[in-house]
Amino acid sequence: MADATVLPEGRNVRLRIDSDGWIKRAFMGVIALYLVVALALPLYAMLSKSFVTYSFDLTRYEFQVSDESGAVWGDPVTAAELNDRLGEFAPDDLRSSSDGRLSVTDLFPDFSFRSPVMYRIRGTTDNAPYLVGLDLQNSTDWRELDSNTFRRVNLRPVADTGLQNYQEYFSNPALFSSIENSLYIASISTVLTVLFAFGFAYAINRSCMPLKGAFRLIAMMPILVPSLLPGIALIYMFGNQGFLKPLLFGQSIYGPLGIVIGSVFFTFPHALIIISTALSISDQRQYEAAESLRASKWRTFWTVTIPGARYGLISAAFVTFTLVITDFGLPKVIGGQYNVLAIDIYKQVIGQQNFEMGAVVSVVLLIPAIVAFVIDRQVQKKQVSLLSARSVPYEPKPNRRFDMAMLAWCTIMGIFIAGIIAVCQFAALINYWPYDLSFSLRNYDFNKMDGGGWGAYWNSLELAALTAVIGTAIIFVGAYMVEKIDGFKTGRAAFQFLAMLPMAIPGMVLGLAYIFFFNNPANPLNAIYGTMAILVVSTVTHFYTVGHLTALTALKQIDAEFEPVATSLRQPFWRLFARVTVPVCLPAILDISIYMFVNAMTTVSAVVFLYSTHTALASVAVLNMDDAGDIAPAAAMGMMIFYTNATARVLHAFASRSILRRTQAWRVR
Amino acid sequence: MSESKAVVMQGAAAEPTYLKIEGLWKAFGDFLALKDISLEIAQGEFICFLGPSGCGKTTLLRAVAGLDPQTRGTIWQGGRDISELPASQRDYGIVFQSYALFPNLTVERNIAFGLENTRRPRAEIAARVRELLDLVGLPDQARKYPAQLSGGQQQRIALARAIAINPGLLLLDEPLSALDAKVRVHLRHEIKELQRKLGVTTIMVTHDQEEALSMADRIVVMNHGVIEQIGTPTEIYRQPATLFVADFIGETNRVATTYSDGAVTIGDAVLQTHAVGLANGAPVTMAVRPEDVLPHASADGAAPRPNHLDVRIEAMEFLGSYWRTHLTSPALGDTPLFANFSMNAVRRFGLSAGASLTVELPAERVLVFPRGGEDG
Ligand SMILES: Nc1ncnc2c1ncn2[C@@H]1O[C@H](COP(=O)(O)OP(=O)(O)OP(=O)(O)O)[C@@H](O)[C@H]1O
Ligand SMILES: [Mg+2]
Repeated sequence: MADATVLPEGRNVRLRIDSDGWIKRAFMGVIALYLVVALALPLYAMLSKSFVTYSFDLTRYEFQVSDESGAVWGDPVTAAELNDRLGEFAPDDLRSSSDGRLSVTDLFPDFSFRSPVMYRIRGTTDNAPYLVGLDLQNSTDWRELDSNTFRRVNLRPVADTGLQNYQEYFSNPALFSSIENSLYIASISTVLTVLFAFGFAYAINRSCMPLKGAFRLIAMMPILVPSLLPGIALIYMFGNQGFLKPLLFGQSIYGPLGIVIGSVFFTFPHALIIISTALSISDQRQYEAAESLRASKWRTFWTVTIPGARYGLISAAFVTFTLVITDFGLPKVIGGQYNVLAIDIYKQVIGQQNFEMGAVVSVVLLIPAIVAFVIDRQVQKKQVSLLSARSVPYEPKPNRRFDMAMLAWCTIMGIFIAGIIAVCQFAALINYWPYDLSFSLRNYDFNKMDGGGWGAYWNSLELAALTAVIGTAIIFVGAYMVEKIDGFKTGRAAFQFLAMLPMAIPGMVLGLAYIFFFNNPANPLNAIYGTMAILVVSTVTHFYTVGHLTALTALKQIDAEFEPVATSLRQPFWRLFARVTVPVCLPAILDISIYMFVNAMTTVSAVVFLYSTHTALASVAVLNMDDAGDIAPAAAMGMMIFYTNATARVLHAFASRSILRRTQAWRVR
Repeated sequence: MSESKAVVMQGAAAEPTYLKIEGLWKAFGDFLALKDISLEIAQGEFICFLGPSGCGKTTLLRAVAGLDPQTRGTIWQGGRDISELPASQRDYGIVFQSYALFPNLTVERNIAFGLENTRRPRAEIAARVRELLDLVGLPDQARKYPAQLSGGQQQRIALARAIAINPGLLLLDEPLSALDAKVRVHLRHEIKELQRKLGVTTIMVTHDQEEALSMADRIVVMNHGVIEQIGTPTEIYRQPATLFVADFIGETNRVATTYSDGAVTIGDAVLQTHAVGLANGAPVTMAVRPEDVLPHASADGAAPRPNHLDVRIEAMEFLGSYWRTHLTSPALGDTPLFANFSMNAVRRFGLSAGASLTVELPAERVLVFPRGGEDG
């Protein structure tokens, strides 16, 4: 009887939405709106900018020239006809940028500004802009000018949309070679970092070597400094006056070599965390099975360890690849003449003010970043399902030779990492390398250098604190709403997409997109351009995704039945949120805020386009001082960032521990 | 069919209907989790939704709670149409299988959660919490955190929290299934006692038939999203409406056969039944419970009596309070017959493996269900 039944016709029952439901929707809407304004619209502005071209359209202008008396006029003639006759401008010359100018007198070889000849100019279409002096004209009425005024007439380019920018980009060998360079250094750095990090993670998870805690701590140090800091250290070691220069046997550190070494340094902890997680979830029982089958260690490694860690390895590779290809600081400092995509964006925008071409390079840079992001997400999903399987954690057994080999490997990596930091510290504290090696705090006297001085440091601190507080609040509340709202599936899916998007957007691209969007006088939000606010907004947005995922993971671990229980007890959701959700998620909330803080201190790529003289930042100051040749002060500022982040981490560890201690009572099982 | 099931039992008829569900359906995409559910529950009744995993019990409970709305149908509570009301505007307390106690709040804060925020003076709240702790028998655990309590204690705290606000309806979703057997049996009585004391209308979801039989005033047996039968525990047990119910609650011996003139024929044996309303020649399934197989002294050579079978004992298994006995009979062919014989009967008739005896399948205990289209 049950099989034959069908749902009767009618309307689906829908529950009325209560005040909680509306409040949650409102919160989610506000945060979604934030993400739209801070991410989607700027990206859209950038994308559309990349298709805009400016050129002088000579068919749009008509001239008449009088005789010497100034009374008898010749026939009207278009600028295009004149140019055809003279061959003055080749088609390439007519291409321009948004503020290009073309002097009309070039079309009149007989022109002399003293002659009594009169000139007339008019547009033949509605959009034919030209300047008379500084006055912008755009009219189809004739305008009569004496020769002295006519001298100051300039045509203005008109905007058009099309693929010309892309064509130009791909036909420019210098720009195009940057793609090759970027892929080249990113690939090499990825292979090296993943290999090194795997060895390190293997030692920590699978051996009984001593000092594991210390090695873990050292391996995390690169996270605390800007990515360009290893560049400075490498210059000290292997640069033109480097004390280890002979070790390079004539190779130059400036270029791919330096970029790769520095990239391995700053991506190492990221790869290590991922691979270490993958190794730590492997199942002891598989190894016991392999042992009972008398498989050799080598065979077990290839048949059990590697397949077990493969998702972690793939994920680490993609993360590393993306970090390197989108990094800007390191190639800027140590890249020399070696151009990469991120540098091109900077050069096009800051150097040549060619925003459209900057946008094109940004779009090109987006492609590998998005591909890597999509693949990484797929892999992560599989890894999560591995994680949830019940397994017995692997317990390494002591093996003297193996443990010593692992210790040796970790020591080498530890010396490399700690060494880079130590060299920076050393450089910051000596008087004048390499001539005066006496101790001095001179390099910390930032106010004596360009780059923003101590003010830049305090600005960075302010940015980091604001980002940590505001960003964590926005991220956590957003994650809560998206996780705990009833129904509203499409809205939640849209929000989820927006929240994942920042991970795929390189900082340079975000920064440039912000210029297009916020530095537009027509935009009412234009007011925040050049202020601390835009730095906070860009930084929160740039690092949104990792915080969002951390918050979601924590929220998913909470019993889904808390909300229904609180509702049945007729309590508003925010009471549950304040009294239960936030306290239970406090460790995750702290993790998010320290992540935001540290990244806000070290980030360069997005903010380098957005800071103003009042809002110079420490990380950008490192870059600028290095640019100006003040390498030792740059190292000193980099170390300031290091001290600050290290202190923040220690405070975070204390806070986490004291929370854990306080909440021990309700966490025991 | 659902019409006849929606009738409130005589015993509870004195109480007015408190919760009424009519023509309720629930679809998850194309899948129908609930199909045309209609049901009335009297004020103060203890109802169990009983059925195998995935039959839709939780789905029905969540619809009543407004957590996951039905696709079609109406629900009235206390005369009010609550079909479209959000959960926050309904009137119930709920206990989940996980208990969902707030881990960072002490036991008393947990219980007081629904009382605070109501402009009640602190002292009054404290007194109410103490009263509730006494009621659930945990007066001295107020300051502990949930993680410091045993499963059974947590369960009682969750219950205290749910009833703290004096809800009109108490919903329990498998409240005992996470506990070990001993605690479960003990808590059954406590919950039942508490419910009786408070007189709160209660719906409990369970897939444990013993739990339902021992606690419920009435049981709603569900299968594949439909109600198979509604009735008191004895009705459900004694007069199962469908073969599914007969099978799901207790055990049965089942034989496929045909019906004619008030009797079914199995092999050579004719078994009288009290079944009515079946056409002659209708295919049916005969079912009889093992404990309804009554032993008699073997009467070799005597004329066969109606509903009596000569059987042989193949094997016996001692299960503590009775012997589970595997019988065969030439009349039944290959079909085995299982019987539960009391220790007394075994001693009296000197039963042992290999022995022969006569058993009776009393006509009023022979259940007959039409075959075809019927589940199972
Ligand atoms: N959100 C959902 N989406 C799709 N199908 C669902 C959903 N929730 C439940 N179902 C399906 O509806 C049916 C009934 O589920 P329900 O949870 O009510 O079963 P139940 O009787 O409570 O079972 P159990 O004893 O296992 O708790 C199941 O087949 C289940 O797979
Ligand atoms: Mg259920």
